[in-house]
Amino acid sequence: MRCLHDAPTEVLTESYPEEEYFADLLRVTGGQTSEQLARMAIRQSYESNAWMKRHGVRFQHSLGGTLHLGRTNAFFLGGGKALVNAYYAAAARLGVRIFYNAEVVGLNIAGGTFESGTVLLDGEPAEFRAKSLVVASGGFESNLDWLKEAWGDAADNFIIRGTPYNKGTVLRLLLDQGAEQIGDATQCHAVAIDGRAPKFDGGIVTRLDCVPLGIVVNERGERFYDEGEDLWPKRYAIWGRLVAQQPNQIAYSIIDSKVVGKFMPSVFPPIQAGSIAELAGALGLPRDKVECTINQFNRSVIAGNFDHNILDDCRTEGLTPPKSHWAQTIERTPFFGYPLRPGITFTYLGVKVDEKTRVFMKESGARGNIFAAGEIMAGNILGKGYLAGIGMTIGTVFGRIAGKEAAGAAR
Amino acid sequence: MQLADPIQEGARILTICNACRYCEGYCAVFPAMERRLNFPEADLNYLANLCHQCAECFYACQYAPPHEFAVNVPKTLAEIRAQSYQKYAWPRPLGSAFPHTARWAGYILAICLIVSVVAMAMLPGMDIASGDFYGVVPHGVMAGLYSAVSVFVVLALLIGVGRCWREWKKGLAELATPAALGSATKDVLRLRYLDNTGAGCTYPREQDSQSRRWFHHFTFYGFLLCFAATSVAAVYHYLFGWRAPYGYFSLPVILGTAGGIGLLIGPAGLYWLKQHRDPSIADAKQDGMDVSFLTLLFLTSITGVLLLALRQTLAMGPLLVIHLGIVLALFLTLPYGKFVHGFYRSAALVRYALERLAGEPPKPPSS
Repeated sequence: MRCLHDAPTEVLTESYPEEEYFADLLRVTGGQTSEQLARMAIRQSYESNAWMKRHGVRFQHSLGGTLHLGRTNAFFLGGGKALVNAYYAAAARLGVRIFYNAEVVGLNIAGGTFESGTVLLDGEPAEFRAKSLVVASGGFESNLDWLKEAWGDAADNFIIRGTPYNKGTVLRLLLDQGAEQIGDATQCHAVAIDGRAPKFDGGIVTRLDCVPLGIVVNERGERFYDEGEDLWPKRYAIWGRLVAQQPNQIAYSIIDSKVVGKFMPSVFPPIQAGSIAELAGALGLPRDKVECTINQFNRSVIAGNFDHNILDDCRTEGLTPPKSHWAQTIERTPFFGYPLRPGITFTYLGVKVDEKTRVFMKESGARGNIFAAGEIMAGNILGKGYLAGIGMTIGTVFGRIAGKEAAGAAR
Repeated sequence: MQLADPIQEGARILTICNACRYCEGYCAVFPAMERRLNFPEADLNYLANLCHQCAECFYACQYAPPHEFAVNVPKTLAEIRAQSYQKYAWPRPLGSAFPHTARWAGYILAICLIVSVVAMAMLPGMDIASGDFYGVVPHGVMAGLYSAVSVFVVLALLIGVGRCWREWKKGLAELATPAALGSATKDVLRLRYLDNTGAGCTYPREQDSQSRRWFHHFTFYGFLLCFAATSVAAVYHYLFGWRAPYGYFSLPVILGTAGGIGLLIGPAGLYWLKQHRDPSIADAKQDGMDVSFLTLLFLTSITGVLLLALRQTLAMGPLLVIHLGIVLALFLTLPYGKFVHGFYRSAALVRYALERLAGEPPKPPSS
């Protein structure tokens, strides 16, 4: 979780002031953000930490092998499931009753006000009524048909990093009943992950951090983007989209033995070969073309002092696209390759909300009793692009606000 | 997805863990894992013995069943640990007792009790009705027999630890690194990795609890106090010529009584926890090994306490014989049962401390 802080904390180093945080967000979204909501998320990220700890969430230092995140990101001890376990336990202590195997399939909204809903409880329909409603039902990335509407057949080659149940049913119900939409369906947090990952729920382990240490080619054996444009945590989030734009939505990261051990271990072993031609063959790529691409790349490399912790001076000259940093010749055997596919982490299309997380209805504005938190409203802040850990910030800050406001509205 | 061979399964799941790393802050296993990229058997044996089976990582894991990756670190490492006990055991033929520890412990207990009773009935100089300990069992017999058994037990345990240390390619000089020994000793005496910086651990169920740590403390310190009582008594006997029985407020009796109480509460509590633990995190095949050790500790203690309470009655003779029989069985089974976990885990903690001291960076992958 990306956290504002003025001084070192138990798990964060140095400081991360509001202006820097907001500038980082502006850069990745290209200005497609609501400044008011974004600054709320940023300002409240710090105090939310204390609230989370009070509810049993434990933090730890940035993980071994995650570069450059120790200053900006607090990591959950045990990860996201441990976080959710802590919240469920806290809710149970407060006497909150939780229905499992329960899917909301209908909302009855009249004049912008939620009146009742239909839920399938163990498959049996039941009605529920409430004075106010918080929707925190995620995005639609597991709804392959919806993805296809936005992306066409390319979506067939997408891998969904999370649960297969994130189908956007409630989001669709709200939009169909007049909730104002924010964001477009092609915008999402998509990273390039190991192409051998399961279709759903492969999670964090399918990440591949080797991209900036080598080159990436598409299935024609051609490079298509600057692999060394910026530090990896600032660039990993664009690579899902880059790969999605390649033929058949696949690409291959190629490295040599020099950089082995300099990135987080992969869950699947790399494909290995004694020569570039052999590796191209093993990856199913045109051998001559890959050899040619690598030779051309190697000839363009300017010798420098390699350091993958900073923006070093190892770059190419006269190459299109260039590799701006960490460019080293690929020549030391054995060679390794990883297939890359777009891994959809979460979608941005959502409902528009105000500063109390009230959902804007086309007819009546944000005056009703419907509140939204998390991925379903993240598009208010993330028009495009991604900043590592900001999804957790948005979810936490606006989840707390939505809960408070919904409780106030129900009085 | 799960593999039948624990070693292969361990390598499979730790490759997943090493790409995730979110459990890094729970214990020593994950930072130790991050220093590696491949997991051959020797490293798995090290990591398995480093694991205290607190199960925090299991409840946190997004890859735990029903996820198709089916990652279960505590259970898999428990299976590897059990195999390592057998592998390190000396002499090797006796190591094969490990998968059947409970049965063997039962046989040995029966034999020890029979031998004690028969010996008392047949040997000259043993008088069950004597009011004096050494009238029932002559001091020479008692001391001689238990010294011989103890020498064997210590030898077997030391050779076991030596084999484990050699498998890990560590030298004696490294074992004698004071900083590493100090750090590991502190971890052992405090049970640091069942403490989880004050919260306790997820045992027997998902809620954090200190119960296992405290019951283990009762058992461990109870055992040490009983050992201290015996040592002090030996000093009294040989150095000062003071003969047992000692007064209720003498040092050996105070130490022995405190230890005996610890060895009643501790094993009973650990047994209770075991009955209530989440079955998904444990290797049920080891229950016999665990329970037979807890039972022998408990029986040793209860007969010892009764002996103290009833030592001025006619029950003293039979109780002493039974107590000594049980103690003999406990000693004989020490190197081939749950007791060994303390030695291998301590060795693993020393190695972990050494790795931290060396501060060596993660190794590059070899494949």
